[in-house]
Amino acid sequence: MALLDIQNLVVEFQTASGMFRAVDGVSLHVDEREVLAIVGESGSGKSVSMLAVMGLLPWTAKVTADRMSFNGRDLLKLSPAERRKIVGKDMSMIFQEPMASLNPCFTVGFQIEEVLRFHMGMDGAQRRARAIELLTQVGIAEPAERLNSFPHQMSGGQCQRVMIAIAIACNPKLLIADEPTTALDVTIQKQILDLLVSLQAKYGMGLIMITHNMGVVAETADRVIVQYKGRKMEEADVLSLFESPMSNYTRALLSALPENAVGDRLPTVSDMLFEPAPSGAAA
Amino acid sequence: MSIKVVEGKNIVRDYHVGGGLFRAQRTVHAVKGVSFSVDKGKTLAIVGESGCGKSTLARIITLIDPATSGELFIDGNKVDIARGGLTKEMRRKVQIVFQNPYGSLNPRQKIGDVLGEPLLINTNKPAEERRDLAMKMLKKVGLGPEHYNRYPHMFSGGQRQRIAIARALMLNPSLLVLDEPVSALDLSVQAQVLNLLADLQDEFQLTYVFISHDLSVVRYIADDVMVMYFGEAVEYGSREEVFSDPKHSYTKTLFAATPRADVASIKARLAKKKAAA
Repeated sequence: MALLDIQNLVVEFQTASGMFRAVDGVSLHVDEREVLAIVGESGSGKSVSMLAVMGLLPWTAKVTADRMSFNGRDLLKLSPAERRKIVGKDMSMIFQEPMASLNPCFTVGFQIEEVLRFHMGMDGAQRRARAIELLTQVGIAEPAERLNSFPHQMSGGQCQRVMIAIAIACNPKLLIADEPTTALDVTIQKQILDLLVSLQAKYGMGLIMITHNMGVVAETADRVIVQYKGRKMEEADVLSLFESPMSNYTRALLSALPENAVGDRLPTVSDMLFEPAPSGAAA
Repeated sequence: MSIKVVEGKNIVRDYHVGGGLFRAQRTVHAVKGVSFSVDKGKTLAIVGESGCGKSTLARIITLIDPATSGELFIDGNKVDIARGGLTKEMRRKVQIVFQNPYGSLNPRQKIGDVLGEPLLINTNKPAEERRDLAMKMLKKVGLGPEHYNRYPHMFSGGQRQRIAIARALMLNPSLLVLDEPVSALDLSVQAQVLNLLADLQDEFQLTYVFISHDLSVVRYIADDVMVMYFGEAVEYGSREEVFSDPKHSYTKTLFAATPRADVASIKARLAKKKAAA
């Protein structure tokens, strides 16, 4: 059975000019030990659908789905208190801006231990030992000293490692990474991606990578979902997506990669989006 | 014969930090003796990770910061802003586009005023003429006259970057410094802005200094490439030289770290994963 199974997810926001539909009938599933990538531009609803799964959307959002189950439990029927026991423990998330998502007022150690205290009920000594173990796992040098650092004393890459440490603190079954490397340099990006994939393989987690970078998709994913304006355009395994993309939009995205440029101009998405699809392709 | 628009010889920039009552002053060598030159109508790309000094170099070329030592020539004239002021003519010649289009536009200034301001400060053109020039420039960068009276928050990231480019071009510069102009943009928008930059370069014979950490973009847009690492230019040559035969170990690391999106490397990765499982 799938670890996370979503059927026909719709997320709408109440705005001054009526309801705005950010996610429009998306279905997806993730199995254990699987890396799923969700690709799309800003505004394609890729982050919103995952925030809906985590239950992190503001009250103005209306979430409906035919089914939304995680690990055999129906997320739609859970009370907020029950949901808080799952979120951060069995299912956790890494955000885009590592600097902005850590609390600047508390030490890194406190923020890691907070999760352990809430979900695992460990005592002080256990928490500290586990926090040191986690920092070692995500590759931070001198972990014991680093526990007393504040986020501003660390670089962007190190902050992202701390975020990952918090996310995997309770051995989650599903890890959602929302553009984990967008704010980072290429060399650091490579290190973080390698770290995520190795942790995923080691603990057999399901991993959802949300990104707009086709290179990141090619380097990490098993299966890919392409989203555009809240709708799912295409779902395929990574090789067939790059070899023979079915939808126009995916083809447009791939040809907009600078390394695929032929001649002087880069094709843009709007150039290609409204061309007729070849026979057999999904619209 | 080609004309050198900008040339730097052995540029050094040190920053002095700390030095309170009880603490010794420390010197950070941000740029350690970098030399380069760019011909008219060409693009020099500067690549490196954060903290390698590429933005410091950009500030020196844009005449915002003085170099600690070394010589900078713009259009053949030696410029030293540490000594002696800077003429309006020099200010006009070099313009910059910043990385974050959300942070580099004043949220309380209308787009028309954003574009008119360089003219207001640097020229004696009357309001009517400034307005006409701003309208023309809006069209050049792919926006319309209807955008003249709007505020920055009404635009998307790609549109804002177009506005920032338009503002930089208002004074008809010969050199444009682009500090990571597309790294905050989506893939498809990035393609549009890169196309725009290529078109403008053809039309106005512009010279670009293009700062980036994205090698695929650099490969697409640059004529010459300089790789910086801890303040030094570890590799400098034509695009073909640098990409086909990287000499320095850091350049090789950089190439290895860039994610590949071709089918062959995906196959290789999947095969490796299968073997490990």
